[in-house]
Amino acid sequence: MKKFVFNKSQELQKDINEYLDTVEEGFLLFKRDINRYFNGHFDLFEDDLDDILDVENKADELLKDIKYKLYTYMLLPEARGDVLSLLENMDNEVDLCKKVLMQFSIEKPVIKDFVKNEFKDLAKQSLNSAEEVVKGMRAYFEEISMVSDYVNKVHFYEHEADKIEERIKRKVFNSKEFEEFSKKVHLRHFAERLAYFSDLAEEISEQLSVAAIKRTV
Amino acid sequence: MGALLFISSGLFLGWSLGANDAANLFGTAVSTKMVKFSTAAIIISVFVIIGAVVGGAGTTETLGTLGAINTLPGAFVVALAAGITVYLMTSYELPVSTTQSIVGAIIGWNIFSGYDTQFDVLSKIVGTWVFSPILSAIFAIIFFKIAQYLINNFKIHLIKVDMYTRFGLILVGAFGAYSLGANNIANVMGVFTQTSTLGSLKIGPLTLSNTQTLFLLGGIAISVGVFTYSKRVMTTVGRSIFKISPVASLIVVLSSSTVLFVFASEGLQSILLTLGLPTFPLVPVSGSQAVVGAVMGIGLAKGGRNVNYKLLGKIGMGWIFTPLLALLISYIALFFMQNVFMHQVYL
Repeated sequence: MKKFVFNKSQELQKDINEYLDTVEEGFLLFKRDINRYFNGHFDLFEDDLDDILDVENKADELLKDIKYKLYTYMLLPEARGDVLSLLENMDNEVDLCKKVLMQFSIEKPVIKDFVKNEFKDLAKQSLNSAEEVVKGMRAYFEEISMVSDYVNKVHFYEHEADKIEERIKRKVFNSKEFEEFSKKVHLRHFAERLAYFSDLAEEISEQLSVAAIKRTV
Repeated sequence: MGALLFISSGLFLGWSLGANDAANLFGTAVSTKMVKFSTAAIIISVFVIIGAVVGGAGTTETLGTLGAINTLPGAFVVALAAGITVYLMTSYELPVSTTQSIVGAIIGWNIFSGYDTQFDVLSKIVGTWVFSPILSAIFAIIFFKIAQYLINNFKIHLIKVDMYTRFGLILVGAFGAYSLGANNIANVMGVFTQTSTLGSLKIGPLTLSNTQTLFLLGGIAISVGVFTYSKRVMTTVGRSIFKISPVASLIVVLSSSTVLFVFASEGLQSILLTLGLPTFPLVPVSGSQAVVGAVMGIGLAKGGRNVNYKLLGKIGMGWIFTPLLALLISYIALFFMQNVFMHQVYL
C-alpha cells in the first residue's frame, strides 16, 4: 500500500509540474506569435499557429489525468477542491491564448503605428500577470510562504495592463487615422481581449491567496 | 464459565471504549478518506491488544491501590456501574470518561464494603485528570509549532505533505492505540485482577499470566467495539466535533497519545527515576479529554481561536459528576447484589 500511494503521489506531482510547464509554454508561444503579428510577419504567424493548438490539447489531457488520479486514488482529500479549481482556471488562460491568436488570424485587426507600442506593451504586461500567477501556483505547491509575493506582482501587472488598455482606447477613439467607427470598435475589442489575461490572472490569484491560507498550518 | 459471566460487565466497558475512544485515533483520517476504515480498525485492534497485554500493569496497580475489590460479583457490579454511568452520560450528550466512572464506582465499593479510600491515591488520580488535558495542550502547541515551521519554511511539495501525513496518521494511530490499550485497560479489566480465575494462557512461545489473559480478553472486547460501532463515531468525530485538517489531526492524535503513554509507561518511569527527574504517576486518564486539550492547544497556538470555553466547563463538571454518579449507582447495585441476588460483593 505504501509503495502504491508513493508511486501515485510521485506521478501526480510530476503531472502537476508538467501541466504548469505546459501552461507556461502556452504563454511563451502566445508572446512569440503576437509579436510576429505586431511586427507584420503575418506568414510566420500563420505558419506556426498550430503550435498553440497542440499545447492547448496537451494541457487538457494532463488536466484530465490529474483529475482522474486525484479522485481515483483519493489523493489530497482536503485540498483537492482548491487544487482542481485552480488548475481548471489556469486552463482557461491557455484556452484564451488559443482563442485570441485565432481571432487575430481570422479577423486580422489593423494595428496602426500610433498604437502599436501600446498594444505590444499591453500584451507584455498582461502576460506578465499570467506568468506570475503560474509562479504563485508553483509556490502554493512547494513554497507556501512565497505565494503572497507572486500575488502582489499579479496585482501590479494587472493594474498596469488596465492603464495601458485605457490609454489605447482613448488614443483609438480620439484618433483621426480611422475613417470607419467600426475599426475603432474592433481595436477596442482586441485591447479588451489582451487585457483579459491579467483580469483572469487576478481572479486566480485571489483564489490562490485563500487556498494558501487554508494550506498554511 | 462463571468467571466469564462475571467479567462480562468489564467486556461491555471494553466494547464501549473501543466504540468511542478508539474513534479519536482515526476519526479525521477515516472521515477524510486518507485512511480506510478497515485499515484503521485492524491497526487499532492489533496495537490496543499489544498495549493492554504488554503495558497495562502500571495503571492497573494504581487502581488496585485505590480499591482492591476482592470478590468477582463485587468486581462485576463495579464495572457494570461504570458502564451504566458512561451510557447515561453519553445519552445526555455529556462528555464522559470511563476512567472517572470506574474510579467513582470503586469508591462506591470502598464505602459499601467499609474499606478506607486512600486519599493520597485519589488526589493523585484526580490531579492527573486535571493535568492531562493541560499537558496534552502543551504537547499540541509544541508539535504544532514544529509542523508549522517545517511546512511553512521548507520546500515540501503539497503532494508529499499529503503522503507524509497519510503515513504519519497510520503510525501515530498505531502509537495511540498502543497507549490507549496500556493506559485504559485498567478501566476495563483492572477491577477483576484480584479475583480472576482465568489462569495463564500459552500462545505459541508466549505464556500470558492470569492478569495478561484478562487484559487480552479486554483488548479483544475493545477491538470488537472498534469493528462493530466505531465507524459511525469516527465519521462524527471527523466531520462535526473536531473538524480539523489532517495535519492538525496528526498533531492532536500524537499529543493525546503521548499523554496516555507517559501516564502508562513503566519504562519511561524507570528512565526518569534513573535520571533523577520527577516521574509521571501511572494513572488511567481520559483519551477524549486529552484530545479536547490538544485541539484547544492548537487553537491557542493559532492565536486563541477555536477555544471552546463552554466545553472546558463541561469537562470540569464531568470531573465531579461522573464519579459521583458512578459512586451512587455502584453503591445501590452492590446493595442489590448482596441482599437480593445473594452474592457476596466483598470479603
